[in-house]
Amino acid sequence: MSEQTIDLKKRRFLTKATSVVGAVGVGFVAWPFLSTMKPSAKTKAAGAPIDIDISKLEAGQLVRVLWRKKPVWIFMRDEKALDALNSDELIKSLDDPDGTGNSKNQQPSYVTSNFRSIKNKESVAVIVGVCTHLGCSPTYRPEPGAADLGGDSWPGGFYCPCHGSKFDLAGRVYAGVPAPTNLVIPPYRYVSDSLIRIGVDPEIT
Amino acid sequence: MKNKQSWIDQRFPLTKVFNEHLAEYYTPRNFNLWYFFGGLAMLMLGMQLVTGIFLTMHYKPDSAYAFASVEYIMRDVEWGWLIRYLHSAGASAFFIVIYLHMYRALLYGSYKGPRELIWILGMVLYVALMAEAFFGYVLPWGQMSFWGAQVIISLFGSVPVIGPDLLVWLLGDYAVGDAALNRFFSLHVIALPLILVVLVFLHIVALHAVGSNNPDGIEIKKNKDKDGIPKDGIPFHPYYTVKDIMGVVAFLWLLCAVVFYAPALNGYFLEHANFIEANPLKTPEHIAPLWYLTPFYSVLRAIPPMFGSQFPGVLAMGAAIVILFALPWLDRSPVKSIRYRSPIYKWALGVFVISFIMLGWLGVQPVTPLNALLARVFTALYFAFFILMPWYTSIGKTKEVPERVTG
Amino acid sequence: MKNNTIINLALSLIVISFNVHASSKVHLDHADTDISNTASLQNGAKLFMNYCSGCHAISFMRYNRIGEDLGLSDELVAENLMFSGNKLGETITTAMPEDAAAKWFGGTPPDLSLVARSKGTDWIYTYLRSFYEDESRIFGVNNSVLVNASMPDVLWSLKQGQTEANFDQNVRDITNFLDYVGEPAKLIRLKLGKWVLLFLGILFILTYLLKKEYWKDVKYGIWRPRD
Repeated sequence: MSEQTIDLKKRRFLTKATSVVGAVGVGFVAWPFLSTMKPSAKTKAAGAPIDIDISKLEAGQLVRVLWRKKPVWIFMRDEKALDALNSDELIKSLDDPDGTGNSKNQQPSYVTSNFRSIKNKESVAVIVGVCTHLGCSPTYRPEPGAADLGGDSWPGGFYCPCHGSKFDLAGRVYAGVPAPTNLVIPPYRYVSDSLIRIGVDPEIT
Repeated sequence: MKNKQSWIDQRFPLTKVFNEHLAEYYTPRNFNLWYFFGGLAMLMLGMQLVTGIFLTMHYKPDSAYAFASVEYIMRDVEWGWLIRYLHSAGASAFFIVIYLHMYRALLYGSYKGPRELIWILGMVLYVALMAEAFFGYVLPWGQMSFWGAQVIISLFGSVPVIGPDLLVWLLGDYAVGDAALNRFFSLHVIALPLILVVLVFLHIVALHAVGSNNPDGIEIKKNKDKDGIPKDGIPFHPYYTVKDIMGVVAFLWLLCAVVFYAPALNGYFLEHANFIEANPLKTPEHIAPLWYLTPFYSVLRAIPPMFGSQFPGVLAMGAAIVILFALPWLDRSPVKSIRYRSPIYKWALGVFVISFIMLGWLGVQPVTPLNALLARVFTALYFAFFILMPWYTSIGKTKEVPERVTG
Repeated sequence: MKNNTIINLALSLIVISFNVHASSKVHLDHADTDISNTASLQNGAKLFMNYCSGCHAISFMRYNRIGEDLGLSDELVAENLMFSGNKLGETITTAMPEDAAAKWFGGTPPDLSLVARSKGTDWIYTYLRSFYEDESRIFGVNNSVLVNASMPDVLWSLKQGQTEANFDQNVRDITNFLDYVGEPAKLIRLKLGKWVLLFLGILFILTYLLKKEYWKDVKYGIWRPRD
């Protein structure tokens, strides 16, 4: 037999076909392996919505709870603090005050613009306490005029000790700090006036 | 493409290694089915490593959590069951492949000169693999894991004089418990895999230095053409790469059939009692190691206690493994392959195979007077195969070995 | 000294005989369960939760997993399978306090998550149908599969007012459910297997043809024309 009996075209076709089907197979195999690294059923169960009783929450007070292994702040703002959140002076110094720019994905659609809370429940804020810069948890600095945070221009807010990012009492980021976006608002709803459920959106009525 | 290749070649011998070990590595052209298993053993090592890495992400080596963490993998981790079954069935598949690979060496005299070192390295690999399998078997922390560990580790306690202290040192406790589990985990996921990978590398380096044997037991390097290429050799790549890929797919088909339709293989790959959490207060009704260790377990049980000690049995079990190392020097036959061996050798090999399988089978059976007698008979035959080998391989008429490979 | 005891104990396990297979001498009826039968699994789940889960936990199993696998909505699971005010993602434990269990049964009733894997479906199926009256026992019943079982015949009330065949089917459904609980992945494993084997079969044909094509070189002795 001579060289002519070898059908190079057939050989190339078979090599390609085997490679393609083999590559698909490798993909099929890779999928389960990589999937094992997703949150497991146990983790998902542990990440289920949690209920927080806020009946004893006083103005200025902040409670921290863990939801999906992250700190979530629930705190009560008084009238003065709410006024400050609406003031032009503060809004001017913020990076994205109405959450339409960099921060448009940082909150669910149903929270109001300046207070970033559920309608008619303006005084209560629910915020994921994780700095959007590199993940530290900012400290709560509600006292207006704190000398180390700019004195008179500080209306109260959060200060991240890691890299100095500043947020207001609605979790909105100041301009010119390392953190690029506002703090995250988790999905939550009021089960009753005194019970908040974190992890689910409000029921559509 | 060429540019990139030369850029690398100036800094790393990529093309050189590729040619030496694949494209210009000449392999006998007459390999048969038996020659698939070496490559398949490497596949299994790779598969056990990869599945093992992913299992280690979820497994907890703590006697309080180990059992539940395995069930966590089986249920709560997405696709965890598949990875676990691939690993557990893979362990048994690995041994099937290794036993067939070793039997190939017996069939065609692959351990004989100049391949003694390949055989020795392979035997060290086999012993390391048994240790690896044993440690892995303990990790699910079921009843069989626990009591299997208890029995195997107790063997060390039978060593005269130092036994009891040795045992406590090995366990880090007065009995099998959390400390043992934790160190077995360490050995299973780090120490032994490293040793296995290094040994496989050496095994292949040694093989490529002398070249493969073949079903005719002929040295193809003795018959070269004018370019210095063995006349009966073909480049490993592409011919044996495409052939081995085909073998790999066929093997994976069988493995998947087990993994998807009978992952526990009726108690042979995953034992029923191992689905009960380890309980130091209650021994299961029937304990035996997994099937791949049972031939040696049978040898252990076949030797009665002497001088008030189980140690002779332990020695016999050790000897049953160690004697395999001596095979290249016990075999005096002038020919390698079974095809040209004397009839008496074929009989001896047949008896050996039957003995090994029977010892394996007896190892999972309860001891009855008949079984104990059979275990002794087959233990004697097992050792006779080796001890009498210098005699029966030097007598009997061998057939003439051809100059060139056949078929 | 203590070490020697352990060694001797363990070593005696090796040498002494193991023919203590007493339990396996009992004849077991074939359970004949079918894990792909969702209706049977649903019925088994309902019966298990009603008759068994008061005492026996299946603590490796989650409520919502049962719902997903058996095609039940969260609401149906909550209504029919959950009793103790648990959450959907939680595992199925029992409400029975441990000291009460010790008092009534002499110990905590075993967790049944893996009973189908350790004992087998035939055992469960036969065991549940093998209670007989025995006044000497505390609950007035004994069991021919597990002699002196410290468990009452909880299915007694179910047995009344139905035919034997019906009762057997109900026990088969419970067994089927426990088989599923022993290995929830079995559902997808069996479904997926044929596709995996089909895929590998196709890949094998391709690799076989590829090998055959290349090996023509060897067959015709022309393996070196590449360069």
